[in-house]
Amino acid sequence: MFQFILKRLGLAILVAFTVSFISFSLLFLAGDPAAALAGETASGEDIEALRHLYGFDRPMMVQYGDWLFSALRGDFGESYYFKLPVAGLIFDRLSITMTLGVCGIAFALLTAVPLGVAAAIRPNSLIDRVALFLSVAGQALPSFWFGLILIVVFSIKLRWLPPSGTATWQHFIMPTIVLGYYAMPAIMRLTRAGMLEVLSSDYIRTARAKGAPEMRVMFKHALRNAIIPVVSLAAVQMGFMLGGSIVVESIFALHGAGYLAWESIGRNDLPTVQALILIFAMFYIVFTFLADVLNAWLDPRMRSS
Amino acid sequence: MSDAMTDPLLAEIVGPTPGQMLRRRIFGHQGLLIGGTVVALLVLVAIFAPLLAPHDPYAQSLVARMKPPVFLGGTWEHPLGTDHLGRDYLSRLIYGARVSLLIGLVTAVISGLIGSVMGVCAGYFGGRVDAVVTFLINVRLAMPVVLVALAVVAILGGSLTVMISVLGLLLWDRFAVVLRASTRQVREREYVAAAQAIGASTPRILLAEIMPNIVNNLIVVVTLEMAHAILLEAALSFLGLGVQPPTPSWGLMVSEGKNMMLFEPWLVMIPGAVLFVLVLGINLMGDGLRDVAAPENRS
Repeated sequence: MFQFILKRLGLAILVAFTVSFISFSLLFLAGDPAAALAGETASGEDIEALRHLYGFDRPMMVQYGDWLFSALRGDFGESYYFKLPVAGLIFDRLSITMTLGVCGIAFALLTAVPLGVAAAIRPNSLIDRVALFLSVAGQALPSFWFGLILIVVFSIKLRWLPPSGTATWQHFIMPTIVLGYYAMPAIMRLTRAGMLEVLSSDYIRTARAKGAPEMRVMFKHALRNAIIPVVSLAAVQMGFMLGGSIVVESIFALHGAGYLAWESIGRNDLPTVQALILIFAMFYIVFTFLADVLNAWLDPRMRSS
Repeated sequence: MSDAMTDPLLAEIVGPTPGQMLRRRIFGHQGLLIGGTVVALLVLVAIFAPLLAPHDPYAQSLVARMKPPVFLGGTWEHPLGTDHLGRDYLSRLIYGARVSLLIGLVTAVISGLIGSVMGVCAGYFGGRVDAVVTFLINVRLAMPVVLVALAVVAILGGSLTVMISVLGLLLWDRFAVVLRASTRQVREREYVAAAQAIGASTPRILLAEIMPNIVNNLIVVVTLEMAHAILLEAALSFLGLGVQPPTPSWGLMVSEGKNMMLFEPWLVMIPGAVLFVLVLGINLMGDGLRDVAAPENRS
């Protein structure tokens, strides 16, 4: 087990370094960052001065090394737009994104798991078909459009919920639904498949044969085993969702890290964009690492592969 | 049928041929039929857009701005109304099908080529090749797609070519994952060992023995990734960093209609609904193809 964790950790760190290099290279895709920073009216001397000030005249690998070591200490440089340290900017806004992510995954689990269980108990029944339809339709629903529909229905027509902002918990209801439904189809399918497999196993037949009540068989024996892979899927989905929150935050004007990313991209604020790509990637790496360790802990067969 | 049951020899003669069985499976599959029809119709709409569109999708008219669709009291002059610049909404929708399908198709081809080569090599050669590919898949999965695509499009400018290249270079992960797994399975079969024994070259084994046996899975992933690319393009265009105006992209139409959503919700509803139907159709077709072509992989 210890060896597995060590190996997996090594992989995670290697992936993190590679991603950091890719997100740093984005700066060089932009051509001349100094010219972009100085604006169209700047003279050649101004650009040259900026280039020297920000250190763009050094070799790429030196700049990368410099950036990486600062980043490891939590220093992501200064935002071109806000003229403030990027780390502080992002940290202030991360709480909104994290709240949204946790609410979103909770919503997905609370809807998808019961639906998956119900579908597995009665395969090919009406509820199974409804669940299948929801998962197929859910995958095809563009999240920005779904968000706008919710705003039209619940904010404009019914006036039940506020359309944008973060002032109260009501502001988080629609964003949670839009972000959460994205993870629903996969969780539901996995719950259903897991339950179907477990329900046909010998120990379920034994439990039934010894006369255990059906509810007890379902929840104590079956669901407990079927839910294991769902937990790690949820962790992976959570990593994806934080990266996908950019769309949801922009629709509902939630000023979280995703919204900051959208604004910063529009403003060519590269230090902020680089830092955000790296941070979102780190979330994904940490969540998948935790999911794998959890899996290996719960199911020793996973450790060998 | 009862004769066939009692006489095994006769059963072989009257039994359906593999082709007949495949056709039965195709026409007996509701999802595949519905999805396939939707996709086929929209492909035809995209191809014959100039013949079908009642107006020029770029022609603006200040006097005919925000006309409502027919079902909301408009006229047949503009069946689905006009947008904030007086452009015919139906014509823009029809031309928008071209943008979506083109992006979906070309992205799937590019990412499919990258991912298939990686996946098949990893699955067939194993060892170090596999370790490198698995590592690259991990790196790719860790990158937040929407964020990276937005940033690159913002830097390089939002043209169709840039969109397609960026998405093509980002969406190869599922191809690599699926084809790696299926190649590993196929590699263990006797006919691969037989081909190796008679001295067939590695490219020949990959193309003639492995490929035909994993192409079912490849087709399924192509459809899924087409749907994925179409949704991503729409989302990026919606955020203003995808296909640029005045190109008629469905995501862009939703974005342009958003500001008038309070009074004219149909401006947002119509393009979003068409997008939903196209992606649903592609997904149904993909699920159906998996059931029909590779029934053993049904989940």
